[in-house]
Amino acid sequence: MTEVAIVGVGCVGFRQITPELSYKELMYEAAVKAYEDAGGINPRKDVDVFVTCAEDYLEGFSIFDEFVPDQLGAALRHLFTVSGDGMLGLATAYMLIKTGQFDTVVVEAHSKASDILTYMDIVAFGLDPIFNRPLGGHPYYVAGMEMNRYMHDTCTTMEQCASVVVKNKKNAILNPYAAYGAGVTIDQVLCSETCFYPLKKLEISNPADGCVVMVLASENVAEKLTDKPVWVKGVGWCTETPSLETMDWTKAVYTRLAAEMAYKTAKISNPLKEIDFAEIHDLFAYKELQHMEALKLCDYGEAGKLTEQGLTALDGEFPVNPSGGLLGMGYGLEASGMQKLLEVVLQLRGEAGKRQIQDAEVGLAHTWRGIPTTTGVVAVLSNKK
Amino acid sequence: MRYYQSEAVETKDIKEGKIPTEKFRPKAKFAWSAGIAISRFLEELKNGKIIATTCSKCGRIMVPPRIYCEKCFKPADGWKYVKDTGVINTFSVSFLAADASRLKEPIVVAIINLDGASEGMGIVHRIEEYGDWREVKIGMKVKAVWKPPEERTGAITDIAYFKPIRE
Ligand SMILES: [Zn+2]
Repeated sequence: MTEVAIVGVGCVGFRQITPELSYKELMYEAAVKAYEDAGGINPRKDVDVFVTCAEDYLEGFSIFDEFVPDQLGAALRHLFTVSGDGMLGLATAYMLIKTGQFDTVVVEAHSKASDILTYMDIVAFGLDPIFNRPLGGHPYYVAGMEMNRYMHDTCTTMEQCASVVVKNKKNAILNPYAAYGAGVTIDQVLCSETCFYPLKKLEISNPADGCVVMVLASENVAEKLTDKPVWVKGVGWCTETPSLETMDWTKAVYTRLAAEMAYKTAKISNPLKEIDFAEIHDLFAYKELQHMEALKLCDYGEAGKLTEQGLTALDGEFPVNPSGGLLGMGYGLEASGMQKLLEVVLQLRGEAGKRQIQDAEVGLAHTWRGIPTTTGVVAVLSNKK
Repeated sequence: MRYYQSEAVETKDIKEGKIPTEKFRPKAKFAWSAGIAISRFLEELKNGKIIATTCSKCGRIMVPPRIYCEKCFKPADGWKYVKDTGVINTFSVSFLAADASRLKEPIVVAIINLDGASEGMGIVHRIEEYGDWREVKIGMKVKAVWKPPEERTGAITDIAYFKPIRE
């Protein structure tokens, strides 16, 4: 069975707002970059399948699928949309290529968060209409509840959660694709407004606009298109019960099971030793810690302490979110997973500029579909076949 | 539990609360950035003009305008005004409003291939001043009827409608 590689990436953004471009123009620019990066392929004939990832309610269209072909070069070509995070598109592309029926697959995901005037109402619309929605309130209280129980069970401290923000925003300063880089201190984080106890304002990622397009290819095609293929060694995904009343509130089990699926394919038995760095979904600061544990990068309850000690810093033994994470790049909605993948690809190609991790060979990308979901996707990538 | 036994449910059963329901009206508001191509198009409508973009590779004059040619997958490389006259490509006569109530006067909606644009490109708009709707025909020549300049807002409705050109 063929191996699968990412052979081209293109990114526009991420920025707080992009009023000068329509979502179509945003997608077009990212697509042009990705095709150029993939050895100058012509999407009108060199791409077998296009997979876009979008959620209608975030776009403000019914059946948004129908609005995407032209700007990707996919008109009258073979295209479909996955209603979910961009990394579910990666999983789909991976499977398509593994069948042996398709050699080249394009994956796209974007965020036009600034076009959504009532973003939190859209998020709240994702809550159960019978049991939860009638209670009112800002839907991010769900994150507050999770953080509270996670800290209670693991003895993770407020300072440890805040140290994630300090690290990620600092990394973002070095990333031209990041919208929210900043030098902040633990005190500044802790003194920021409490929004959803115990969650502080600076611990919440702000939305950002952007688009990422990637070209994936089978082994034979990949080696013709690029001398820097990044191999997808394993992908896993999982969704827990959507019921707030019964879900696990401390362990991000969906991420644990997605990771086990990806590790099995990638033949990873000791993730911390066999992987060099990770891009982990950090919509809220505590989620990076919780997800690190779910990804088996450390023991349950240890992530906070290790982060405080510098393990996950850019110059630490195991950098986490060298891109600046979502806290630093901005939250790209369904493109979050693509933001993670983008950084892993750049690092593994040695193209991450001032934030380059030396001798990185294996990287992990992880995403989560945000509040109020329990869907996670994990991918292990390597620059060695 | 009688409703689980294949009995007919009537509207009044719901209204009288015999069947529990939960109502919710989502607050979903969006403001789409028009972008480079569509912003210019809307600005030109305000001026009473219809503008297209052009592709030097396939030679198409594309309206509504876009910054790329989706056929060639290359950037569009020019702007060009097209005429506000055209030919009906196809049309339908809607006798119902959006809520499915019967309209007193039907609405004629047409795909109009604009003169000066490439084949099969143009605008979707309403046709009025047609007399009897049975007179509307595929292939019929039509012309835009613009709102007065002071009423234009940079919207597709700056053209009030298209009317048949009687020869
Ligand atoms: Zn062309």
